Order: sequence, then C-alpha cells, then structure tokens
Amino acid sequence: MSNGGGSYNAQNDSRAGSTGEPDLGTEPTGGFFSADYKKHDDLKQMLDSNKDNLKLEAMKRIVGMVAKGKDASDLFAAVVKNVVSKNIEVKKLVYVYLVRYAEEQQDLALLSIATFQRALKDPNQLIRASALRVLSSIRVPVIVPIMMLALKDSVVDMSPYVRKTAAHAIPKLYSLDPEQKDQLIQVIEKLLADKTTLVVGSAVMAFEELCPDRVDLIHKNYRKLCNLLVDVEEWGQVVIINMLTRYARTQFLDPNQQDVIADEDKNFYGDEDEKDSEEEEEDEEKEKTPPKKPYMMDPDHRLLLRNTKPLLQSRNAAVVMAVAQLYHHIAPKSEVGLVAKALVRLLRSHREIQHVVLSNVATLTTIRKGMFEPYLKSFFVRPSDPIHVRTLKLEILTNLATETSISTILREFQTYVTSSDKDFVAATIQAIGRCASSISEVTETCLNGLVGLLSNRNEYVVAESVVVIKKLLQMQPDSHSEIIQHMAKLADTITVPMARASILWMVGEYSDRVPKIAPDLLRKMAKNFINEEDIVKLQILNLAAKLCITNPKQTKLLCQYVLNLAKYDQNYDIRDRARFIRQLVSPAGEKGALGKHAKKIFLASKPAPVLDSSFKDRDQWQLGSLSHMINQQASGYSPLPDFPAAAPDPTVRNVEVPMPWAEKTHKKKAGKPKKEAFYSDEEEESESESDSEESSSSSSESGSESESEDDSKSESGSDKDKKSDEEAESSSSSSSESESSSESESDSESESEPDTKPQKKAPPPKTKSSTKPKKEAKQEVSLLDLDDIDVSSTSAPVPAPASALDVLSPSLASDLQGLSINDKTDTAISVTTPMFVSTTSHELLHRMTGEGLSANYRFTRGTCIYSTSMVPVELTFTNHTDSPVSNIRIGDKKLQAGMTLQEFPEIPSLPGGGSMSVSIGIDFKDTIQPANFQICTQDRKYNVSIKPPVGELFQAVTMAEADFTAQQSKLTGMNENSGKVSIPSQHNNSKTITARMSELANVAPVPSSQDGIYRFAGKTVSGGTLLLITVKVGEDNSASITVNCELMAICSMLVKEVKQKLSLA
Amino acid sequence: MIHSLFMINSAGDIFMEKHWKSVISRSVCDYFFEEQQKANSPEDVNPVISTPHHYLIHIYRENIYFVAVCTTEVPPLFVIEFLHRVVDTFTDYFGDGGESAIKDNYVIVYELLEEMLDNGFPLATESNILKELIKPPNILRTVVNTVTGSSNLADTLPTGQLSNVPWRRAGVKYTNNEAYFDVIEEIDAIIDKQGSTVFADIQGVIDCCVKLSGMPDLTLSFMNPRILDDVSFHPCVRFKRWEAERVLSFVPPDGNFRLISYHVGSQNMVAIPVYVKPNISFREGGGRFDVTVGPKQTMGKMVESVVITCAMPKVVLNMNLTPTQGTYTFDPVAKVLTWDVGKINPQKLPNLRGNISLQSGSPPPESNPAISVQFKIQQMAVSGLKVNRLDMYGEVSKSSPKKSFTFEKYKPFKGVKYLTKAGNFQVRT
Repeated sequence: MSNGGGSYNAQNDSRAGSTGEPDLGTEPTGGFFSADYKKHDDLKQMLDSNKDNLKLEAMKRIVGMVAKGKDASDLFAAVVKNVVSKNIEVKKLVYVYLVRYAEEQQDLALLSIATFQRALKDPNQLIRASALRVLSSIRVPVIVPIMMLALKDSVVDMSPYVRKTAAHAIPKLYSLDPEQKDQLIQVIEKLLADKTTLVVGSAVMAFEELCPDRVDLIHKNYRKLCNLLVDVEEWGQVVIINMLTRYARTQFLDPNQQDVIADEDKNFYGDEDEKDSEEEEEDEEKEKTPPKKPYMMDPDHRLLLRNTKPLLQSRNAAVVMAVAQLYHHIAPKSEVGLVAKALVRLLRSHREIQHVVLSNVATLTTIRKGMFEPYLKSFFVRPSDPIHVRTLKLEILTNLATETSISTILREFQTYVTSSDKDFVAATIQAIGRCASSISEVTETCLNGLVGLLSNRNEYVVAESVVVIKKLLQMQPDSHSEIIQHMAKLADTITVPMARASILWMVGEYSDRVPKIAPDLLRKMAKNFINEEDIVKLQILNLAAKLCITNPKQTKLLCQYVLNLAKYDQNYDIRDRARFIRQLVSPAGEKGALGKHAKKIFLASKPAPVLDSSFKDRDQWQLGSLSHMINQQASGYSPLPDFPAAAPDPTVRNVEVPMPWAEKTHKKKAGKPKKEAFYSDEEEESESESDSEESSSSSSESGSESESEDDSKSESGSDKDKKSDEEAESSSSSSSESESSSESESDSESESEPDTKPQKKAPPPKTKSSTKPKKEAKQEVSLLDLDDIDVSSTSAPVPAPASALDVLSPSLASDLQGLSINDKTDTAISVTTPMFVSTTSHELLHRMTGEGLSANYRFTRGTCIYSTSMVPVELTFTNHTDSPVSNIRIGDKKLQAGMTLQEFPEIPSLPGGGSMSVSIGIDFKDTIQPANFQICTQDRKYNVSIKPPVGELFQAVTMAEADFTAQQSKLTGMNENSGKVSIPSQHNNSKTITARMSELANVAPVPSSQDGIYRFAGKTVSGGTLLLITVKVGEDNSASITVNCELMAICSMLVKEVKQKLSLA
Repeated sequence: MIHSLFMINSAGDIFMEKHWKSVISRSVCDYFFEEQQKANSPEDVNPVISTPHHYLIHIYRENIYFVAVCTTEVPPLFVIEFLHRVVDTFTDYFGDGGESAIKDNYVIVYELLEEMLDNGFPLATESNILKELIKPPNILRTVVNTVTGSSNLADTLPTGQLSNVPWRRAGVKYTNNEAYFDVIEEIDAIIDKQGSTVFADIQGVIDCCVKLSGMPDLTLSFMNPRILDDVSFHPCVRFKRWEAERVLSFVPPDGNFRLISYHVGSQNMVAIPVYVKPNISFREGGGRFDVTVGPKQTMGKMVESVVITCAMPKVVLNMNLTPTQGTYTFDPVAKVLTWDVGKINPQKLPNLRGNISLQSGSPPPESNPAISVQFKIQQMAVSGLKVNRLDMYGEVSKSSPKKSFTFEKYKPFKGVKYLTKAGNFQVRT
C-alpha cells in the first residue's frame, strides 16, 4: 500500500506547506497592508449585504485573490454565510472558496455542513453531485462519518453522474482518514459492479488509488470492463487499461514463453479459427483444463487484446499510449507490431506528446527493432524540433540501424553533422559511433567519415569525433596507425580536455604503432603540464608510465619530470596517481613485487567499450509510466508483476449468472475489433433524440426518470403503440450491444414482460448471435447441430437453459419464461442451406495462357470449411497437356485491405489430361472487389482474379415474416433501394420468381402470407449484415423490387441485377 | 493524479494557481525555473521534471507554461493530454488562450478548472458539456452582465451530462441549419539540396462546423476511402461502420470540432507542389543569397500564400536583398529571414537575391541554413481524397411526454472545402 501511504504523507507535507503559505501570500502585499485591510472590509460589507449582485462582485474578487495565490482566509466567516445563497452563481463561487480554505478554519467550515446535507437530498442530480463534491473536498476530519454516510447513499443513487462523483470522493475520504479503508473498499466493490460507462472509469480510478492489489474485486467485473471499454470516456479508458495490464500479468500465462513448444504441433492450435472456437467453448475448456498442454491463450486474455485494439484509433494520445503499453506487456510478440503505426501518428502532435512518445519508442526499439523499421523516416530530425526531441530521435535512429537501413541513416547523420547546434552535432557523432560499433559492415566507412570530421573547423565537432574514434579504434586497433598518427598531431591544436585526454590515452595504449611520435608527444605535454585540465594531466601520467615501460631509453627522464610535476599538483587525485605510478615504474629502491608486473598492469589488453543505448535499462519500468520517463521509481509506482508460472483459476471471472445470450454477444462481438457505439446502427432510423438519451439510462439502471416513463409506457400500451415498442426495442438492443442487457436489468423490479419481450425478440441484424441462444433455449437439440455447422468456429454448446434457470434470480427466471413463450411465435434468423447451387463455373485461367493448364472456379454456396466469414470457392484444375504439371499452388496474393484468402493445399502433381478440384475460401469483406492472386506451378506463375457476383456474398437465412417486416422497418432510408420492373407474363409465377431469385443470389424465401409478395432473406458471409429483398407483383405483370441492406453499394447493385434477372424473357 | 496547476508567463510570474487536493506551495515551481534557465529556448525545457517530492509536468503554449504538479505515479501523457485539452477549452471560450485572455476571464477560468478536474481526475472535458455548465463570454452578454450584474454561469442546470451522447448537448435549435466540412491536408517533407525528396508524408484532418438542430445523425462517405492509411477519430464516430464500410457515421457535437485526422499511406507518391532552388554561399565577410521558388505538381491550381523563412547562422549581420515579388524582412536579432511571396506566377518565377554581410572577423559558417516553406492551395486535397456525399437523418419526431417539441425534417446547407498546405516542409541547402 505504498500508494495510500504516499498520498497521506503528501498530504501532511502539503499541509505543512499551506501553513507556511499565508506568509508568502501576504508578503508581496505587505506594503499595502492597510489598504488591503480596508479592501477586505468592503468585501465583507458587500458579502453581508442582501443584494445578490454585490455578493457576486465580492465573490468574484475573492476568487481572483485565490487564483493569484493571495491569502483571503480572513474572509472565511463572511463567505461561509453565503453558502445558503439562492443564487447559483454566488453559491458556486462560495464552494470554490470553501474547498480552498475549509482546512484552515475547520470550526467555521462546520457551519456549512448542514447545507450540503440538505443539498444531498435535492431532486436535481447536479446539485446532489456538487454537494457531494464539495463536502468531500473540504478536508475537515471531523466530518468523516457524515461523508461516509453521504457516500454510501450516493453510491446507490440513481443518477450515474452522482455515482461518478461518489467514486471520486472515495480517495478524498481515504486520504482524510485511512482507517476507513475497509469500508471504502466495500463501496468500491459496489461501484465496480456498476454497468454505466460514466461510472466505471472513476470506479477503477478509486480502486487504483486505494487497493490496487485487490485483484479479487476485478475478477467478476473483468469481462464487463473489457466490453465496456470502448464506450468509457477517454480518461477512464487510460486508467482501466493500465489496471487491466497489471491484472493480465497476474492472471494469464506469458503468451511468448512457449514459442518453442508451440512450434511442435502447430496444426492443432496454430490456426486462428481453432483458437476462436476454443474461446467459445469456454465451459468445455474448463472441464478439461489441460495443465501441461502447450500454451493456449486464455479467452479472456484474447478478449482484452481484442477490445483494446480499436482504441489505438483514439484521438487521445494517452489512450493510444496505454494500449501500446498493454500490447507491449501482455500481447504475443507477433501482435505487438500493430501499435507502431498509431504511435508514429502521435508524433504529429504537440511537442510534449512527441517527447513522451519518442522516449517510449526509444525503449521499444531497444527490444523490438523490427516494429518501427518501416517508419524509419518518420524519425528524421527537423531543424524545428526542440533539442530533447532531436536527441530522442537520434537515439531511435541509432537503435533502428540495420545493415539495410544504415546507409540511409548515415546519409541523414551527415546532414545533421553540419547543423549549427553543437550539442546536437556532438550527439550525432556519438550516434555514428554507436552505429559503427553495432554494424560491423560500416565500421570502416564510419571511421573514415569521422576522421574526415577531424579536419572540421569546429572544435567541438573534432573533439567529439576524437572521443568516438578512440572508442571505435579500441574495438579494432589493428591497421589504423595512420589514424593514430593523425590524431597525435591534433593534440597540438585541439583544446577540449576530453578530446586531449582521449588522444593521449590512445597514443599511450598503442605506442608501439607510433614509436616515434609518442615520446615526442609526451615531451610536448610535459612542457605544458601545469596548464592542463585534471583529466588531461591524469592521461599524461598514464602516457608517461606506459612509455617508460615500453621505451625507457628515450622517456625515462621525461617520465621522472612529469611525475615530479604531478607530485606537487593541487589535485590530490593526481598526486595519488603520481605516487602510485612512481612506485610501479621507477621505485626508489629495488623493484618491488608489483614493479615486476608493471607491464602487465599497464599494458593489459582492455576490453572494448560497449556502446549501448541509454534506454536499454528503461525496460524495467512499465511503458508509458512516469517512472519510465524519469528513469527512477516514482512514488506510488508498483512494478508490473511477472506472468505467473501456472495460470490461476480462470473460472473466477465467470459471472454467477451465466447468461448464454449475453456471453455469446460478447464473444461474437469481440471477434471483430470494432467500436460499438452507444447506440447500435439501427438506431439511426428508429431512434429519436429523446430515446437515445434514454437508452443510456435503461442500460444502466431502471430507476432514472426517463426510463421509468419509458417502462410504464411500454407496460401499459404494449400492443397499441407499436412505435413505443420499437423504441424500447432499439434502446434495449443498444444496451445489449455494449453489455449484457439482461444482466444489467437483473436487479430491476420494474422490469416486466412486455418490456423484455421486444428486447429479446427483435434482434438487430448484426447481432444475429444474440438471438441464437434464445432459439436454442427453445429447441436445444434439433438446432444445436445446425448451429455447429453454421458457426462451426465461433459457436459453442451453451449450457442448457434449465441449468441456467436454477441459478437465476426470480425476476430473471420470469424473464426467461416469458421469453420462451414468446419465442413460440417467432423464429429466429438462422442460416439455411442454399436453395440453388450453380453448376456453371467461370473461367479463371484459360488453357492458352496457362500453357495447357486451365482453371475454373465455381461458387459452391456452402459453408466454408476454413472460416465462416469466407465465401467458399471451388477451383477445378485441368491439365490439357500430356505431361504432368506439378506443384500447383497459390502464390502471391494481392488482396484489398482486410480481405483474406485461404489457400488450398499444394497439388503435388496433376497428370496429363487429368483434372482436380480443390476448394479455397475468400473473405471478400462484403465488397465485390476482385481477389487477385497468382497460381503457381513448378516453373510458372499466372496472375488471376476472382470477382464475386454480388449475389455470392450472401448466405441464405430463414426467418419469419414478422421478423422480416420488423427488420425491414429498421432498414429504411438510405439502406433501402427500390425499382420497378415488368415481368414477362409466362414467368410471373411464384416458382419461377423464387427460382430466379435464388439463382441470382444466395437467399432463401421467407414464407409469405400475402399473395403476390415474395420475400427473400440472406446475410452477408463476412459481416453478417442482413439483406432483405421484397418483390411485390402487381397487376399487369409489373413488379416493384425493394432491397434493404445496410451496405448501400450492395443494395443498389442488387436492385439492378434483380431487375435484369426478372425481366428476362 | 493532478494535484495542482500553476500558470507561468514568459516573464516567470506565476499568475494563476489552482489546487485540487491540498494546497502545494508555489515554491515548488523553483525547480521548474531552475530547469528553464538551463534551456536555450522555451521549447527546450524538458516536459517532465522530477523533484524530490513532486513531479512537474508542463506544456508550453501561447507563451505560457502550464505546470501540473503530481505527487504519485501517473501516465505522463495523461497529464499532458489533459493540459492541452484545458488550453483548447480556453481557446474555445475566449478566442485565444493567451495570458491576457486568462487574466480577463479569471472567474470563468477558475470555474472551468473546477469542472474539468475533481480530486485531480478529469470530470467533464467535452466542450459541449462545459458550455452548458458555464456559458462562454461574448460581447453582448458582457454588456448585459455589467448592466444587470449577472455572470456567465448557466441559470438553469443542464441535463446534458446524462445524455448517452456525451459530446452533444441536448435541445439544439438553429434557424439556419448548416454543416461545413474542411478537408485540410498538410504536406510534411524534407527536400534535399538536389531537390529530391528525402521524406514526404501527407497528414490530413477534417474539421467540421456543424450547426444542426436536434440530434442529427450524419453519414459522410468518401469516393476513395482506401487511401486513408491510419486514422484517429473523434469519439462520436462509429468505428464499426468505418471498419465495415469505410463510411463515417456519427452524431456530431454542436459547433466546431475535428472529426478525424488521418495519415495517407506512404506507398502513395506524394506530389510536391512547389520547388525551391536555393543558392546560398558564404565567404569571408559576406556571401550570396539567391532563392527561386516555382510550382511543380500543382494539378493546375494556384499556389498561394507562399512564405519562405530561413533561420540564418548567428554570424550573419544583415542581408541586402531584392525580391522580384513580395516583400522580405530580416530580423537581425533572431536572424530570421522571412520572404512573403504571395501567389506564384508560373510565367514569372519569384526570386530573391542579394548579399549577405557577416560579422567581421568571424569565420564564414560552414553549413547553409535550412529553408522552410509555407504555402496554401485552395480547392485541392493533395492526396486526392474526395468526399462523396453527406447524408443526414435528423428525425426527432417521436412523441415522448418529456420532450414535447418535434422537428420536421429540415434541409441543411452542406459544404465541403478542400485545402492543401505545407506542414513541416523543409528544404535543406
């Protein structure tokens, strides 16, 4: 609980500070003390008057004083009286004042408490909230019990805004009286269970401040938090993501630890689909929980990764960074890469944001080089960058340098070297040095470049180059004597101490390579010894000692001279060194034991320095944290725990009431990393301003005003008012989008059958899955099989409703019963077998172009074996030559973004004259963009493309007529397209029309109760978007066609095609 | 999280402070001043400063340092992003976020800060919500206020906080319904001495001004959405629709806001609309300066508002130049040459040439200064992005007992404007 302790201390600190503060405040005004005093007097008068505008004027001036940091505490008594003011403006300003000074005048502050207690019962939620806010902000320990009571009341307030304020009050109360912790944790527990997006962010914030280690409170809310995440306000998102990162590190296994084992039998689980289905089959998995099985990602772990991904698109840099660190710390290696793009985007932002992002990127690049390589150029330095940004960019460029990119980077560095900012040039030269040392191919080039810089006119540049060259030469000293010579010469001109020291050290170290120059250099240095800097003097001593050992004849005397000079130096380090060297090199008496080894001691080969990134050690901190920025532990920082060796029990995250539909919705949704807005898309049409507001309250709590109205309405007039039904429908479907609707309502007593019925009945087209379990609830056995086929990869056996019923709360049970009764009348939308399967195939590869090999493709309209979002296509290869064609496979794929293509297993050989069919799956993402790919044989490649007819993007579904019309009414406006056509009389019968329609598109007829109206339904394979076609045959063979689909492009195309098809003679 | 906030002007005065928890003495800013002294320019101060007991995180905008004091671990970006949001709000309220604006409106500023943070954690940061809680000042109201003595606080308490569209206030009504979209693209480029492109990149934003009654639901579609490589959205945009259909579907906030910012894939070649032919040379005591600007790939559009700036080396004493077009100024203190070219006429290319005089005795600079270019091209988005259509669903005709008013469908006035301008466009010489 370092956190709590820290904040408590901090508070003591600052309290100490604030007692000192009045002096500070009055000091500057001391000169005008009498005038000031008078001024306060008239302020008091104004506050005492009974005119609001005078009071307001006075309060404004007082707030001005507070804002400037001047002391206004002597007005406390006069101000606090006005807390009862009716004028909201005055009141607000009094609050501001009160919060600032209550701590200092506790007794007087107590006078205001009664007002707040009254305000806490106000019907207006904003007044309640602000009363709670101020009450909790005045730091008066005496009122802790009152605050506690108010807090407990507010936590169950029906307004989410008040509950949010309550969450904020928790840390305040805690810092005032840490002994309340246990009670407060109970409050937090309640708030964490809240389903409102407005509240959860603040609840998690309170959790983080008080008890970040109580993971047990999170278990039950984990999935809810993941699912709500996209809709939480930005600041809450940051807090939640950070908390979930830590949670994931304690609850899930390291996704990267078992890479090796994973390779062994990849086929079993390497497949993404497989993984998905694994996730769905949660209950099953629990039973078998294989302890020693190869790594399999926990479905909850995956859920977190999936639901955070869309947040990379947030406009808030803090959110993007939070997601990036989440991926860095808990995602499998292969997936971390996708955060790079978002991080690079942040570099366009304000300079402070750049700075923080760059320093995090710098750390990332030390570990994950490849991730940022494509964005190399984004890190090029601009002259307008502030110095700290430049240095970070250099760091990153250096970290990113590889054999391939080094030439670009070096060219870039060359331009930096000419910059007028000397610090930057120095940093660049060091960066060049690091590149040279890490990439051996360019060491030589860099060295030459640096030597070139030695003739630069700027001394700093030369000096820095010398230092870097020294380091480089140390790594490979052979064959560079001419550089050493050159540098020795520089010693005459260069004055920067560090550079001189480097030169001397180098000449001493490699004196055998420059035997003539070295003694001469020592001579020159000795002459000027007393004027040198300390660091240079030390190196002169070193040089003298080394030369004395290797070349005593010439340098013995010189060395004695230098040592004598050093003996009387002011700096005792130098005196010490001199004494030490004298004993080793030229002892007064006979050579001691050490003296014999002098050569070994001085001329031992030294290890080359390792030039490492200065960000190497920053990896120990959690990315994006303050501690990471300052590279030291900030108070309140708790290090990320390591992944556990064995995963803790995953069942703790199960919510007591397993709501099959709720679970399913989440799972299915989570499959697509998409933002689910507060309102589902259907709402666009059916929802008005008023109920869009209500849907939030309905999703949160059944108590709020608007909702109860809504309830009562649908209760009383459920059949008479179709519109209100629809309203309830859409609002409830919207809530089921983001959270389990029924879960959220479980404790609401006012919930009644007419209200729940539409909620369950009308599934929004996209959330098809949410209806499925319900259907299962009705006839589990028969449909389950179908289900398995239809969503083989995503669906899972659902716990039988009977068992679910056992644990349901009474109200829920009744819900469920109501549901099953209602369900008798309507059939859910379910995928069915196609009505018609075309046998005609299209040419993919002509045998002339294919040099004897031809290929045809055909849409089989089945369920794709690879993935449910793919359109199955059958490819038939025919070999028209005599000789066999071998190794037929799919080569490069040039697909539109988002599209995927599942290849067929390679055909090893196709005998002459033979033919063979294989099937592939293409996820067209509901567009008619052609899929371009190559068919490769052993020695040839052919570019081919498959363009799907629009009708093949669908899967036939069956639904009831009532459902059909309900859905249709939602897909109006832009999502509706219609046209007129005249059908030739001989074809104007149901059979032909149905046949033609199913030929055209993979749709199924919907049983129609009216003559002359034919309805067909389907859904897109990839996105699961509903498609509804209505053909209304009127008199004289004219027919009107209506197509409803959310995908507008497809809508209009279909109308055209249907027209053509039906008008065929 | 955020403990206190200090605002410090360029003279080093702490002219406003606000504390959300207990009061922290303003002496904590001494650490900041220490750090500030070390820096060469105001931008160079490290945004995150660690002191023995506190952590100072600041931003520098509008010549003011906004210094936030934190006492415990907090994501630095969280604080920085929030501070920027605060300044954005000020700018939104007062027209500019500068010192004088803040001082003039200190009561509003204080109230805003009070609403935006509670106990150091952000509470309401959406400008639409804030504007309901605290009315922005305007001239008329100031006059009225001085006469009647009321202030800018909202008289009635808003209900907007509870709307599930947190960025939009309820009950908006306009007589003229209009929606304007500005597609603004900026070219970031580094051009080397030879005129070839070292690095070029297109960043774009769509800024909107939407004044529509009710709760309109808008759908904006593009002719060629695929060129958008990386996007970030205002929270109002439905990410799902974008993923599935590449259309922007959203309930807009009221007023001005940034809908999306995007980055155009780098695989697309960037058409560089202007070229700069610099010829700068230095010798002992002086030098020559000769720069020509010309249009390159402009797709037939006029390049306007061309401004060329060049930060000369410190040894330059003065410059004596003659432009064929426009005006030039040389600031002998900051050593910055600014040449306001205006429009580029392809027939007669603008040119600026003349002599440079250096401080006597000092050696001529070794490197030539980089030139940065500003320009604007109206009615063109350089990436080729085109808005296809904008559809609106503004139906609010449900009768609900609470909200009895109904709107009939209205036809808004819609407009899209394209603009290309130079972002960080630099020519190395």
